[in-house]
Amino acid sequence: MTKEDIRATVLRLLGDIAPEADLARLKTDVNFRDQLDIDSMDFLNFAVALHEALHVEIPETDYPKLATLDSCVEHVWSLLAQRAP
Amino acid sequence: MADFVMPILGADMTEGTLVAWLKQPGDHVQRGDIVAEVETDKGLIEIEIFTAGVIEQLLVQPGEKVPVGAVLAVVREDEPAPQPAAAPGTAVPPPQPVAVAGTTAVPAAVRQRISPAARKLAADLGVDLSAIEGTGPGGVISREDVERVARARETKREPVARGAAPSDLAARMRQTIGAAMARSKREIPHYYLSTTIDMHGAMAWLAEENRKRPIAERLLHSVLLIKSVALALREVPELNAIWSGTAARISERVHIGVAISLRQGGLVSPALHDSDRQTVDELMRRLRDLVNRARAGTLRSSELSDPTITVTNVGEQGVEALFGIIYPPQTAIVGFGKVVERPWCVDGQIVSRPVLTATLSADHRVTDGHRGARFLAAVDRLLQEPSRL
Repeated sequence: MTKEDIRATVLRLLGDIAPEADLARLKTDVNFRDQLDIDSMDFLNFAVALHEALHVEIPETDYPKLATLDSCVEHVWSLLAQRAP
Repeated sequence: MADFVMPILGADMTEGTLVAWLKQPGDHVQRGDIVAEVETDKGLIEIEIFTAGVIEQLLVQPGEKVPVGAVLAVVREDEPAPQPAAAPGTAVPPPQPVAVAGTTAVPAAVRQRISPAARKLAADLGVDLSAIEGTGPGGVISREDVERVARARETKREPVARGAAPSDLAARMRQTIGAAMARSKREIPHYYLSTTIDMHGAMAWLAEENRKRPIAERLLHSVLLIKSVALALREVPELNAIWSGTAARISERVHIGVAISLRQGGLVSPALHDSDRQTVDELMRRLRDLVNRARAGTLRSSELSDPTITVTNVGEQGVEALFGIIYPPQTAIVGFGKVVERPWCVDGQIVSRPVLTATLSADHRVTDGHRGARFLAAVDRLLQEPSRL
């Protein structure tokens, strides 16, 4: 899976949670929880959806690494890379 | 026979618009079945029935706006009519339902013959089967009959939207919230208390629990707050009460209303039923479901009518303390702020601790500051032993 694939998946999942948001205007290096008004329940749903979509285990202590779109893609990429044989 | 009436989903509700029937004449219903969808200022609500029996007749058509207490349908009960067993704390609908103009006469029901496919299609389209004359063999109502009536309905009147436009809903909800809060501040003599709670133990316990859990089973700290409030109410039950107009009635059951902000603006406070009797895991599952359904617009009528107290948490917005306005006919609201690191004195030493401000706004006609303080102290004490929640 490429980083672009991961980015597309993350954006799709964010769109499910914040359907009214214009994700094309999302600043990729700024906390998306603030930009999209995502609360802790939304974020939990996002983490669960990310896990289900990409089969990646994300410890709660890693949540800060998912804060921005860029950091989220990088972190998921690294988790997937660690898992690869 | 029993009447199925437009329920009151909060003290501020006066009317609702029937959007769709999910059951049809001849259908058997159980207590708790969802039989209709109603548009209110709180959004699209699924209306449950609390009578077991057979739907005899639907008296209101989709698209009609009717007042609270209006008879929507007639149900032939399985058993003798039970007393209107509103759950303790439930806002009870008016005892004399307001009849809908032109629908007061209930003719003897005639059992219709309806194909299963037609019944399902009618439910999907919100078509009243009782108004259809079947053209199938022996007068059976077919899918084609339902489609014909649905097409005719669409040409005769404006379509019934499944939910108002978000901007309209937000505006109406803002008006409704404003009216309820103005009434509360006008009629209820509030008093306010606050305390600061050391959350070191609770947050450490939560982190350790979540470290061991798969993602979908992780807990949010808000569920610990809700459970602590629920258990504290057992110690100070008079805060878990409903004001009847002249006196408060203590509810034996604890149905915590959870304030949930909606993405289009506004908020709802549906009930987590029997919050004190649920494990934190069960409460978490139900809270997640409730939040997701509130934002998806699929709350149920009992969830809006049953709260006995409200808990609101604005900590995620960075706010450290919130003094809420009581939602009538409840008599108290509990507020929680953000968990923040602060200097804290432990055994004579100043250390850094995560702390939380908990507040209580309560009705002085029902309780006084002494009991309110006991309640907040109980919340604090319970949060020091999170594993026992």
